[in-house]
Amino acid sequence: MFSDYTASELGAIFAMQGFAGLILFSVFVLMALGLAIIFGQMGVINMAHGEFMILGAYVTYLLSNFFADYIPALFSMYFFLAMLCAFVASGALGLLVEWALIRHLYKRPLDTLLATWGLSLILQQIYRSVFGAREVGVTIPDWMMGSLPLTDMIEIPINGIFVMVLAVSISIAVYVMMYRSRWGQQVRAINNNRQMADAVGINTAWTDRMTFAIGCGVAGVAGSAFTMIGSTGPTAGQQYIVDTFLVVVFGGAGSLLGTIASAFSISQAQSIMEFFLSGSMAKVLTLLTVVCILMLRPQGLFTLKLRK
Amino acid sequence: MNTTSFKQSFLTPRDMIGYALLAAVIFVIFPLLLEPFRLNLFGKYLTYAFVAVGLVLCWGVGGILSLGQGVFFGLGGYCMAMFLKLEASSPENTAIQSTPGIPDFMDWNQLSALPWWWEPFSSFGFTLFAVIAVPVAFSYIIGVAMFRRRVGGVYFAIITQAIAAILTILIIGQQGFTGGVNGITDLRTLHGWDIRTDSAKTLLYFVNGTLLFAVLLAAQFVRRSKLGRLLIAMRDQEDRVRFSGYDVANFKIFVFCLGAAFAAIGGAMFTLQVGFMSPSFVGIVPSIEMVIFAAVGGRLSILGAVWGTLLVNWAKTTLSESFPELWLLGLGALFIAVVMAFPNGLAGVWAEQVEPRLMKLLRRDSKAAAQTTPAE
Repeated sequence: MFSDYTASELGAIFAMQGFAGLILFSVFVLMALGLAIIFGQMGVINMAHGEFMILGAYVTYLLSNFFADYIPALFSMYFFLAMLCAFVASGALGLLVEWALIRHLYKRPLDTLLATWGLSLILQQIYRSVFGAREVGVTIPDWMMGSLPLTDMIEIPINGIFVMVLAVSISIAVYVMMYRSRWGQQVRAINNNRQMADAVGINTAWTDRMTFAIGCGVAGVAGSAFTMIGSTGPTAGQQYIVDTFLVVVFGGAGSLLGTIASAFSISQAQSIMEFFLSGSMAKVLTLLTVVCILMLRPQGLFTLKLRK
Repeated sequence: MNTTSFKQSFLTPRDMIGYALLAAVIFVIFPLLLEPFRLNLFGKYLTYAFVAVGLVLCWGVGGILSLGQGVFFGLGGYCMAMFLKLEASSPENTAIQSTPGIPDFMDWNQLSALPWWWEPFSSFGFTLFAVIAVPVAFSYIIGVAMFRRRVGGVYFAIITQAIAAILTILIIGQQGFTGGVNGITDLRTLHGWDIRTDSAKTLLYFVNGTLLFAVLLAAQFVRRSKLGRLLIAMRDQEDRVRFSGYDVANFKIFVFCLGAAFAAIGGAMFTLQVGFMSPSFVGIVPSIEMVIFAAVGGRLSILGAVWGTLLVNWAKTTLSESFPELWLLGLGALFIAVVMAFPNGLAGVWAEQVEPRLMKLLRRDSKAAAQTTPAE
């Protein structure tokens, strides 16, 4: 199958395919980071995670329309404000959901799963009623359009680079929060031993609530970033939820590094196989491999040493 | 939660009343009251009840939440659909195709011969065997891989969900072999017997009801056997059961396979009654919906699962006929309400609220009767 191509064409194809894989990697990382906080640290299954992402995407959409209509002069910069708003909106909803639902269900993880699935159905219907069933797209600022010509055959889209930069910076931000801040220390203490954490005076209920809210907020930022590379529909979140959970579980719950490593391997495997096979078969093979590896190694790639 | 004593027979008198009531509703009241179209619709609901009963055993009793029961429902349904499709695509019926004698969707996808794994499904005996054997073999593989490694709880739920997603993508992607997103449609006859007529549908409804009762009694037997008590013990204190010398994984594998077999029977009956099978009954969304049927009925109650399935599906049909946008909100709210307020579903409400009052009322009546008798 390679005989039809010259060596330089092949190089270009692999470079482009690798880059497509990197964009997919950034998308996976963005999706999975929020979940890695909520599921990895708290052990809560949030099936509505996708809908928190979509909320961020819709906030971005609203702001882009607002800027285009009222302050077109600042339109090129609206995206940064949109990300902040997306974080606040999704985080606030997360806070509310934790207070109303999740805190009653910490001891019943399977029930949390069902309740958050119900929540996701409700949110989907609300999005559909408010924004319509059709997918909406965001107007991208001019500076993000187009692509950088690297050689005469390899071109790199700027919005792809932007999403990658975003993924890296949010990963670093989450890392700093988890491992360098007081809050992160408390979260990890609770994850290790809830009773002891309580005994040394950590407000575990409040930390739980903040952790859930921040995880949801990160999901909102991810949704905001998605608008740069695709359109948003009411059910878009549901399509991602299985991939995202697999990324987190495959990486080993509780390990941030594991999440990133598994996002990298899954995305690269999928985008490389997409070149040889049809898109759906590539996806089937990737997911199947992940499931098989998880059956052999249920604890995931990276594990924390914990005394349970 | 299980307060029943150890020496309980497999059907107590109270169970008998419950079963008799359900039998009266399914075999007498529905067929008398409903026109054939509606009866067929309720027959479709009852096929989901097979899945719900399996979930009561796996999830309510055994504590294993599978979010991939649609996989087994679908596999059973697809096995049956393959047989019916082959019968419907006889060379005479498909003479206009470029390759007569193969299913129409294969012809549309430029296949010129029947794939080898379709061949055995031209035999009815093999199909009946495969309806059960394929899903059970599949669930056995999953069960062995997961439970032997002590994977359980939410991890099991996530992985079964991923398997449902994988199978859906596979079926949709390989449309030349599976009929793709439309599924296997246009099924006509079973051994020359037209399954699309009203009389055939009514007969299939009764066959379905009978099979459902067989499954219910089997589930009841498992529930009241020593195995059922062990499952409950495992759900609540898995390690203690293991330390007592029981092989926990084997019991879990068994109950998971049993649930898969129930779901597969339901799927096959679905195909027969509704006349098609498609990937929209395999994926994540239908699989989780099936969990809510069991949850609404009461995750511990076998009879409750049937009532819950009937109620939720009836509400779904009624609501989505008149207010389609309300249905999703209602279903979402139902998920939350069942978890937050009624963890034991309808059966719990019945046992805690209705039954004590009913008993009090009956006792007062009998007391009143006892008081009046000596006076006479």
